[in-house]
Amino acid sequence: MTTLRFTKDHEWVRLDGDLAVVGITDYAQSQLGDVVYVELPEIGRRVEQGKEAAVVESVKAASEVYAPVSGEVAEVNEALAADPAMVNDDPMGDGWFLKLRIKDPKELDGLMDEAAYKRLVEEQS
Amino acid sequence: MTDWSRAVSTRPPADLAAPLETVTGNRGLQIEEGLIFEQGSPGRCGVDFADPPPFEARLGGLERQGAIGLPGLSEPQVVRHFTRLSQKNYAIDTGLYPLGSCTMKHNPRLNEKLARLPGFADVHPLQPVSTVPGALALIDTLAHWLKTLTGMPAVALSPGAGAHGELCGIMTIRAALEARGERRSRVLVPESAHGTNPATAAACGYTIDPVPGNPRGRVDLEVLQRKLGSDVAALMLTNPNTCGLFENEILDIAAAVHAAGAFFYCDGANFNAIVGRVRPADLGIDCMHLNLHKTFSTPHGGGGPGSGPVALAASLAPYAPLPWVVHGEDRLELAEHKVGPTEQAIGRLKGFHGQMGMFVRALAYMMSHGADGLRQVAEDAVLSANYLRARLDGDLSLSFAGPCMHEVLFDDRFLKDTGVTTLDFAKALVDEGYHPMTMYFPLVVHGALLIEPTETESKASLDQFTAVLKALAAAARSGDGARFHAAPRLTPRRRLDETAAARQPILRWRPESAHLQAVE
Amino acid sequence: MRYLPLTDRDRQEMLAAIGVDSIDALFADVPHQARLDGLLDLPRTMGELEVERAISAMASRNLAAGSVPLFIGGGAYRHHIPATVDHLIQRGEFLTSYTPYQPEISQGTLQYLFEFQTQVALLTGMEVANASLYDGATACAEAVMMANRLTRRGQAILSGGLHPHYREACETYARFVGFEVAAQAPAPSGGEDLAGLIGRDTSCVVVQNPDFFGEIRDYSEFAPICHEAGALLVVVVTEILSLGAIRPPGEIGADIVAAEGQSIGNALNFGGPHLGLFASRDKFVRQMPGRLVGETVDADGRRGWVLTLSTREQHIRRERATSNICTNSGLCALAFTIHLALLGETGLVRLARLNHAAAVRLAERLERIPGVQLLNQAFFNEFALRLPRPVAPVVEALAEKGVLAGIPISRLYPDRPALADVLLVAATEMVTEEDIDRLDRELREVLS
Repeated sequence: MTTLRFTKDHEWVRLDGDLAVVGITDYAQSQLGDVVYVELPEIGRRVEQGKEAAVVESVKAASEVYAPVSGEVAEVNEALAADPAMVNDDPMGDGWFLKLRIKDPKELDGLMDEAAYKRLVEEQS
Repeated sequence: MTDWSRAVSTRPPADLAAPLETVTGNRGLQIEEGLIFEQGSPGRCGVDFADPPPFEARLGGLERQGAIGLPGLSEPQVVRHFTRLSQKNYAIDTGLYPLGSCTMKHNPRLNEKLARLPGFADVHPLQPVSTVPGALALIDTLAHWLKTLTGMPAVALSPGAGAHGELCGIMTIRAALEARGERRSRVLVPESAHGTNPATAAACGYTIDPVPGNPRGRVDLEVLQRKLGSDVAALMLTNPNTCGLFENEILDIAAAVHAAGAFFYCDGANFNAIVGRVRPADLGIDCMHLNLHKTFSTPHGGGGPGSGPVALAASLAPYAPLPWVVHGEDRLELAEHKVGPTEQAIGRLKGFHGQMGMFVRALAYMMSHGADGLRQVAEDAVLSANYLRARLDGDLSLSFAGPCMHEVLFDDRFLKDTGVTTLDFAKALVDEGYHPMTMYFPLVVHGALLIEPTETESKASLDQFTAVLKALAAAARSGDGARFHAAPRLTPRRRLDETAAARQPILRWRPESAHLQAVE
Repeated sequence: MRYLPLTDRDRQEMLAAIGVDSIDALFADVPHQARLDGLLDLPRTMGELEVERAISAMASRNLAAGSVPLFIGGGAYRHHIPATVDHLIQRGEFLTSYTPYQPEISQGTLQYLFEFQTQVALLTGMEVANASLYDGATACAEAVMMANRLTRRGQAILSGGLHPHYREACETYARFVGFEVAAQAPAPSGGEDLAGLIGRDTSCVVVQNPDFFGEIRDYSEFAPICHEAGALLVVVVTEILSLGAIRPPGEIGADIVAAEGQSIGNALNFGGPHLGLFASRDKFVRQMPGRLVGETVDADGRRGWVLTLSTREQHIRRERATSNICTNSGLCALAFTIHLALLGETGLVRLARLNHAAAVRLAERLERIPGVQLLNQAFFNEFALRLPRPVAPVVEALAEKGVLAGIPISRLYPDRPALADVLLVAATEMVTEEDIDRLDRELREVLS
């Protein structure tokens, strides 16, 4: 069973074994516009919950992507270098950013579930 | 007596069909023009030289081996190429640029003539100083004008542009603090500030602490006072600010900043609103960069060169970057090293002595206007912006109530529910023959449209611009979306794919890139 | 006033439309204490004639380089600029246009900048170049900062052959931006060992070629040494014309090239505005400072150009930008592009040859003067001479006789008495046989 959670900054995180897969939501990509580049962290880097883990760029803007949970970067989505448009086309699937080896699964408990996130998006639109 | 066979119609044809598809892709005077690399022929050259007689080279065996790959063109081809390119550009000489914070005023041609005098243009920066007293006199005279206009006792002239001047200012502030034995870590920057402000402060190692605006569009004094502390090095303020408003609480702001032991930096981009009517020194400012290419008419040249002198209070003057033009015993001297009075200078920020070519142009501009003319510049600039404000209030949505200074800020509320964005609106303006106003800046309002007409527009020009904006606003509200979404349609190029340009950057021509463009 | 179109009647009508009695009402936000009621103590408005008179008077007090034999280089070079260049750059559509943020109405500017970027990449042998920086010295400082970012290291080694102004600019940036520079002592006779200085904190080594004393060196073995140590090689070129004659930095493994482009298309202008050139490798492009123009297509599928990769820049990234730079050297870049378009491959190579020939002829004459020693093994259009006595007074004496003989090194290195007898001499295609005769004769006289 996968746990899908969301942050108020429009990142999603999904547990996949002992790895947490992180990306940005469909709402985020629609607000950002065409993604032209993603700056991903190096393998092995430690990120803290709520701190910057990656940067996603459109033509006119660069937005920080914050780590929804703390952990060590185990894998990054290399395919985004050649095809950043995947973030727009499939933000919840092939457009994933990075996978973290997490220490404390309880950090996910403080995040929103899908229903709560949906409500947040409705309020903001 | 009349030769009917020679009668030709002198009226345009009644049937104006769809735009003509031409063989060349050209449209009348608008010519498609390829790259010089697509037009070159080996061996062809647009400059004639005689070859030197044979000689023994002394290049150490490091002669270039392969070809460089540059195209060969004749002079007629080069002239035609660049003339055609020029015809694809909008320019001040063509029409109004309502760009907020850019001050796109007329560029007087006298300035060009004087900058090209051999006594300025054909002088080497490292000639013996005794051979260039006139150059030092020009620099000194310019400095005098800038000091008088700002009320500040010193001015650093070497920075190469506005952002470079900001860097200079923040560096002098840090140097002054270090000389006091202090290391402060924060710089306060209004949320409405131009991007160069936080970029500059961050480059110098400071943490940026943003200060919000109040509902009146000015810096929130209360929040500012709470944020001030002994770890704040400076406040970087633009005045008038980027919303086009004069910071009326500026004396209180200055007092608060100084009470905290910090310095008051002013971004002088908007000096055009107050030149000759207010001296920054009288507002408590310690350090202010000026943009000679904005307030003082030196041409923008498609993006540069600029010049960013920095006016300095007595507390910062000792740290001004080298070189300094100083008054020696009986003549002007150029102080190029840290010795004696220049011991505490922060050092050099660029090569040689500063943007001399822009100094000549700016001084010619200042002397042409004089004290009375410059004051009139500020008054007409403010008058014109307020005229637009008054005439457009209701058609576009004003962001703030009350008079503005030299620029007026609107936001996109007037486009609500029309399906037309600020960007679309601006592109439709392009079809009408105008460069758009500054858009999406400042960030403090949604879909910002910042309009600065400057003092060199006639009333007729302002009236025509107003009429066009009113008509476009009405068209947007009446649901005429097509006019906006497809715009611009009448320009040398329509909207360009900036996404593709960023995803797959092609930043130069390569021999392998074969294009099917017509070359001649 | 000739630049102000509003008439008093216009002003009255506009005030009425606004609904105020006088212009002062629009300045109501200015605190009383700061209001200037009268005019500042500066001259009043002047007509063109008077302005021209006043400013020409200042110009005429300067000794124009073209009116006397000139042998001064040191990072700024006097070359012949074809008449076409100045005519074209003064077209209003180039001179008075703004930064090309609205690409549909700026294709002229964008296309020439794309051509400029290509020319700079070709000349330097590098993969990508930006749309220019303020000058060579700031380009050098930006190159060091870029190397710091790429390597995540904080120390740059500067060759003693680097132009002192460039070194000084790097030192200023280092102090305030927060990195270190290890500047080596100038050594006109060579003997510098840079490889031995590279350490684990070295982000880059900066060399100038030809160096400040005009010497040309073979750095082809040096790039691999830098790379093995994890450092980048930055090559500085202050006389861009030299690349018409010698191997370009790109061919010997340079990672970043920071150069001065003034020699092509731009007058001396007493030191400014000049033209910073900046080139690097494709893989480093996202860390490059300055504007970049890229090719794309429009809605009709036609080729066009836009400013791109803007997220590096201050107007988007703000405090996270690669640099705080906003302005480039636009019109100076255009002059470069036009001049180089006129020269082409053939013309540039021939012009470079003419320069080297003039310098070789001059060197051969001067090294025969008793007591004068040529310090260079190799040179392009500039070289260093050791004189039998301090140079500064010699140069001053020659200036009084109407010959601008070169640069006393002591002007740029006042703290190095060992260099007080070194003179830096340049010869471009502008130097005539008569000029050479004159310098030879006058120098012999002053030295005897």
